[in-house]
Amino acid sequence: MRHIISILLENEAGALSRVAGLFSARAYNIETLTVAPTEDVSLSRLTIVTTGTDAVIEQITKQLNKLIDVIKVVDLSEAAHIERELMLIKVRATGKDREELKRLADIFRGHIIDVTESTYVIELTASGAKLDSFIQAIDAGLILETVRTGVCGIGRGERILKV
Amino acid sequence: MTMMTGAEIVIRCLQEEKVEYVFGYPGGAVLHIYDALFKQDQVKHILVRHEQAAVHAADGLARSSNKVGVALVTSGPGATNAVTGIATAYMDSIPVVVISGQVPNDYIGQDAFQECDTVGITRPCVKHNFLVNDVHKLALTLKKAFYIANSGRPGPVVVDIPKDVTAAKCKFEYPESIQMRSYNPVVKGHLGQIKKAVHLLLEAKRPMIYTGGGVILANGAEQLTRLVRRLGFPITNTLMGLGAYPATDPQFLGMPGMHGTVEANLAMQHCDVLLAIGARFDDRVIGNPDNFASIPRKIIHVDIDPSSISKRVKVDVPIVGNVPDVLDEMLRLLDAGNAAPDAQALAAWWHEIDAWRAKQCMKYTRKKNVIMPQYVIEKLYEVTAGKAIVTSDVGQHQMWAAQYYKFDEPRRWINSGGLGTMGVGLPYAMGAALQHPDMPIVCVTGEGSIQMCIQELSTAKQFRLPIKIINLNNRYLGMVRQWQEMFYGSRYSESYMDSLPDFVRLAEAYGHVGIRVERPEDVEPALRKAFTDHKDDLVFIDFITDQKANVFPMVAAGKGLADMILTEDL
Repeated sequence: MRHIISILLENEAGALSRVAGLFSARAYNIETLTVAPTEDVSLSRLTIVTTGTDAVIEQITKQLNKLIDVIKVVDLSEAAHIERELMLIKVRATGKDREELKRLADIFRGHIIDVTESTYVIELTASGAKLDSFIQAIDAGLILETVRTGVCGIGRGERILKV
Repeated sequence: MTMMTGAEIVIRCLQEEKVEYVFGYPGGAVLHIYDALFKQDQVKHILVRHEQAAVHAADGLARSSNKVGVALVTSGPGATNAVTGIATAYMDSIPVVVISGQVPNDYIGQDAFQECDTVGITRPCVKHNFLVNDVHKLALTLKKAFYIANSGRPGPVVVDIPKDVTAAKCKFEYPESIQMRSYNPVVKGHLGQIKKAVHLLLEAKRPMIYTGGGVILANGAEQLTRLVRRLGFPITNTLMGLGAYPATDPQFLGMPGMHGTVEANLAMQHCDVLLAIGARFDDRVIGNPDNFASIPRKIIHVDIDPSSISKRVKVDVPIVGNVPDVLDEMLRLLDAGNAAPDAQALAAWWHEIDAWRAKQCMKYTRKKNVIMPQYVIEKLYEVTAGKAIVTSDVGQHQMWAAQYYKFDEPRRWINSGGLGTMGVGLPYAMGAALQHPDMPIVCVTGEGSIQMCIQELSTAKQFRLPIKIINLNNRYLGMVRQWQEMFYGSRYSESYMDSLPDFVRLAEAYGHVGIRVERPEDVEPALRKAFTDHKDDLVFIDFITDQKANVFPMVAAGKGLADMILTEDL
């Protein structure tokens, strides 16, 4: 099962590598990982997408909580939440493809943020699954480069992760 | 407030923490600290001969007492040599603070002389570590290090200090106590869960209590003994937990696991309610978790570390908390209620256990002309009246010491259970000897293990540590040889050790007393001589033992607990 785990941790040197090291040392899977400071610069918010059985996810959250720099851990996917990921995708845009790519970007609510005679850079923000569909919708031969930030997420409504 | 250098702050913090002994080895990056050490006499420095031994000795001191062990090493190779010691302490949750020197801040990342990424290298084998890049953070960081090392589930903490930080000056302020928003270990167990546990225990028909190193670390032996006696249940202590319950008590079934007794393993396997305390269902204790889980029984697990609960075996009643607190609460609930365990069921259960016990799985055959290793341990137990602190290395001798020396008190048995580090025995004995100058200190070892830290004979001489080294010398890496005999068609690949040193002369070369014992009838006199005539000397007794002796019973790796191989004699 896919899980989105959100972590509040001390914004200290090496804190990220403690989390990443834990996953590799205990053979847990990381699909994506994003991290940045919060409104309180002494805190970082880290989001990890991982997969595993319930027992593995239970161990992951317990082991994360054990790290001294980790303040709070929440499995976002346990309840109502929103997930978003940003993708920048550079495509070959010539001839009739230019129009088609523009249309596709509009359908997916993306923006073309860089235009040259032969290329577009399309910016797209959506759930990870939607970004996957966009990539599939484009002729694979036209894709020049793909950059994804990895998933970040937040609980809906009063579900708040704070110190 | 006076200004102090970083080096002076380090020493001052150690004084504030009432550290009596620091085990270490000087080098470039810690010279300022060694200079500050020189100018005071409150903290005593024990100069080891290899940094690995510094951490082991600090770890041994911690295990034999309730204190944090402290080691001091230089940057680069000093720190990398310490890693085995740190990992050993980590696996057994021992509170140790390791202070390492680092190249100056400006040099970090430049591949400077004796530079290594100590924080990076030690990260997976510490409870926490710090790189202190500013002298103003030094005192607070050391305070945190001691607090983290010795609270919650204890463990080693590394504090890496660049050389310029030890030269820089600032005002010294040491906080009385400390609060960390990211670290708040739980102490009290959940009352509802404890009630549920007590209810289950009282309803049990075939109860069993299984405890590990956590009871020793939390100083919960007294509460445990009261609880076990109160309930009248059988109990087993793991290798790490020996001494938490008196081994000479009839309710004690011996050690469980790969080399556990028949009665302990079968009781673990056939009980209907298992109370696990400060233990972690390790593979060497329960064997294959699938086999263990296939038997329907209720498991109650008390542990300070939530991640130990339901890690290998699914638990029915988890209780996160400090062991003595939880056990006190259980005793209180038992006192408050009138309910008692089902006496009839318990009698029938004990009847079953006694039948397993009657197999006498620890029996071995003595030989006329060859010393059996088990016999040496039995005699050691007699000669020391069971009152020694016994350290061991890793291998067959470790198992025999655990099986045949009966530990009635906690912190008397010191060994590397988790990491299984050969070479710990002698430095562990050094740490214990400094901490307990009036107690007999024994290191049970083998000719393989002892050579992994043999250089410490020199340290033991310098500091006059009257350790008694019991070398069970079978000229084989015995445990490897045993596995090769049993599982590899007796192909003894590299397990025979040729060209061994003359240990008697080696001990003498270091300035100690050496005795060689080759005949069974000389075992006891040699031990008596060592513990009486040479009470104040380090005595190295080289016992030439049976080469083919194996450790039994044995549960092969990956098998279930009921699947025991017994000695040929049974």
